[in-house]
Amino acid sequence: MKFTKLAAAAVAATMAASPVLADLVFPSLSYRTGPYAAGGIPFADGYADYFTLINERDGGIGGVKTRVLECETGYNTEKGVECYEATKGEGALVYQPLSTGITYQLIPKASADGIPVHSMGYGRTSAANGKVFEWIFNYPANYWTGASSVINHLLDINDGDISGKKVALVYHNSAYGKEPIRTLEELSKKHGFGLTTLAVDHPGQEQKSQWLQIRREKPDYVVLWGWGVMNQVAIQEATNIRFPMENMIGIWWSGAEIDVLPAGDKAHNYKAMALTNVGNDYPIYSDIQKHVVDTGKAAGAGDQLGTVPYNRGLYAAMLAHQAVLKAQEIHEVADITPAMMRDGMEALEMTEEVMAAAGMPNFGPSFKVSCENHGGPGLASVVQWDATAKVWNNISAYREADMDLINGLIEEDSKAYADENNITERCN
Amino acid sequence: MFYREAGDFKTSYSADSQTFPIAFDRYRYWVVLAVAYCVVPFIINDYWLNAVLLPFLIYAVAAIGLNILTGYCGQVSLGTGGFMAVGAYACYKMMTSFPDLNIMIVILLSGLITAAVGFLFGLPSLRIKGFYLAVATLAAQFFLVWLFNKVPWFYNYSASGQINAPEREIFGLVITGAQSVPWAVYLSVLSVVILLALLARNLTRGNLGRQWMAIRDMDIAAEIIGVNPLKAKLSAFAISSFYVGVSGAMFFVFYLGAVEVGEVFGIQKSFIVLFMVIIGGLGSIFGSFAGAAFMVLMPVLLKNVMVGQFGWPTDLAAHFEFVIVGLLIVVFLILEPHGLAQLWRLAKEKLRLWPFPH
Repeated sequence: MKFTKLAAAAVAATMAASPVLADLVFPSLSYRTGPYAAGGIPFADGYADYFTLINERDGGIGGVKTRVLECETGYNTEKGVECYEATKGEGALVYQPLSTGITYQLIPKASADGIPVHSMGYGRTSAANGKVFEWIFNYPANYWTGASSVINHLLDINDGDISGKKVALVYHNSAYGKEPIRTLEELSKKHGFGLTTLAVDHPGQEQKSQWLQIRREKPDYVVLWGWGVMNQVAIQEATNIRFPMENMIGIWWSGAEIDVLPAGDKAHNYKAMALTNVGNDYPIYSDIQKHVVDTGKAAGAGDQLGTVPYNRGLYAAMLAHQAVLKAQEIHEVADITPAMMRDGMEALEMTEEVMAAAGMPNFGPSFKVSCENHGGPGLASVVQWDATAKVWNNISAYREADMDLINGLIEEDSKAYADENNITERCN
Repeated sequence: MFYREAGDFKTSYSADSQTFPIAFDRYRYWVVLAVAYCVVPFIINDYWLNAVLLPFLIYAVAAIGLNILTGYCGQVSLGTGGFMAVGAYACYKMMTSFPDLNIMIVILLSGLITAAVGFLFGLPSLRIKGFYLAVATLAAQFFLVWLFNKVPWFYNYSASGQINAPEREIFGLVITGAQSVPWAVYLSVLSVVILLALLARNLTRGNLGRQWMAIRDMDIAAEIIGVNPLKAKLSAFAISSFYVGVSGAMFFVFYLGAVEVGEVFGIQKSFIVLFMVIIGGLGSIFGSFAGAAFMVLMPVLLKNVMVGQFGWPTDLAAHFEFVIVGLLIVVFLILEPHGLAQLWRLAKEKLRLWPFPH
């Protein structure tokens, strides 16, 4: 019982100590520990550095300072719940948990509390249907558009015909990895390719049997749907069985420098999907160097600048920043509430001019969010790893997914959710 | 002085064999219950409920369940996570198949289904014991998690393989799902926990509990004095699984709301509950509560102190948390191998003599 009392004292003290200031709070449910930290650290650094830059360079957004509230989840849903409850009372504007499991937890909770969730390129795919999911956004792309983009790329390199080819999906055995299976099954019917699915259990260090099976079945292409340590192991195992790297394609969560570096030169030509552009050749990087890194305010160790997940953290923060600007414009107040933030996200329009003004020209696709469509157009490009220069090269333009097929699936899945939870459709 | 048997006269057998023979203990027990029922519901908020009280209470039920099996009957089990998953998935299937059934009945039935599954996996315990039995239950853990991942019927063919708790009410108050009323959830879980704890306490003091302890202490001797090992071991497996199943169902409907079997009910869950039982004290109901409190509250407390008070980076705090909790476990086990319950017993012994030590 004495621990209860101590905990009570600690929590009470924490709550009393936190100052009540007018600021824009962006909780960052990060994971800098555990088997998924390889992806979690750079993303959290990018997210935090962007808002530090906004505070240092612009004095906040519309004159109001931003505050990033970091909470360690370790990619664990129980800790995610604790983090959500601990941070939501501080005026959290938007949650970006970078975990599909935690997103599933937060969808009903945040909808009830009236706080938007932005699961950029992860989470529940059918949340793209804004008619059912009022508070949840997953623009600019989601798992199903990602799966379709992979197949589109295979169609491109095979002159539009992949019937009779064999595709193997190596996936993380969780909600994250299972999401694309439905879409791939539909696509395999449509285009006539054979699909084998191979599950890898958390955390993904043990994949010998899966790759043995691939070696035996000799699929033409392997699609990798992994995260954290699982990516490095998968690419290593693929090189061990001498699987041709140009025939292995990862989703955007399996395409970071850290995933391919351990395999060295053998990972040359590995392909992955990309949500954003690669590299650090953008005006914003000189600002980050000047205002954040040189002043010693960089998050974490400050050694992740320019990596793929870091860029993605910057991108997620930039989209939140633009949504705040939009919300401030709509409601004509600087210190916005989560409900106003939601309106801003719903009215978000990303164009080339907006991105250039933010110092990130040609960084992501142009898209527009609407009341009905919270998922954006589902644009993704393909990048390929150059092991000698140790850089990712863009090998295709942003290309749209098979939206006719995906919209049907989204409609079906979100309708099931609406029926289960007695939600009436909005936007009519 | 005030904590002693002397002067507290018992006039009946039932009074003589009650749980708390010392008057002070009885009053303390009623005060704790009164605070839990009459004070906490008025001050509870979402954070206290979801981050502290719910995990504590629900883990306590799982710890009691494992304590019945491991602490009282001496059968080591590493399948707790798998049995919790059985409870959660049974609960989900019944909630979605029979939406009108009261949620409390569903939770009870989930416990019974888990008891049946536990009974099945308990059968090998009649032939093997010790480490070999631990490995057999480990197989149950992996098999059950694999099963719930593999067969889509268990998660109603949802695209992600997740199960989500629909909204349910009790006395017109929403207690599951996102719209739930915190104090109503708390009171529902608390009532289940107290009922189950009372039941466990009385089971372990009665005929059945004595049979379990006889088996634990020396199974051959127990058989010679007339304890039926088949009945004792299988009843321990079934009742323990019932508790673990109820806790798994509550873990799903009240605490998390959405569950992915591999992540939530994996092998680490079995270990956490086993640690709770070992740290709390094998063969003690109080120990189950103390162990659950230690394992649930310690990390939350450390996090709040290190990040909230000292403003340390979150990754440093997370690593320190592992170090400190691990260190405390080692220190506790060296200083007091019988767990927190033994510390409590020693404190009571000291208190009897206080303030005159001789």
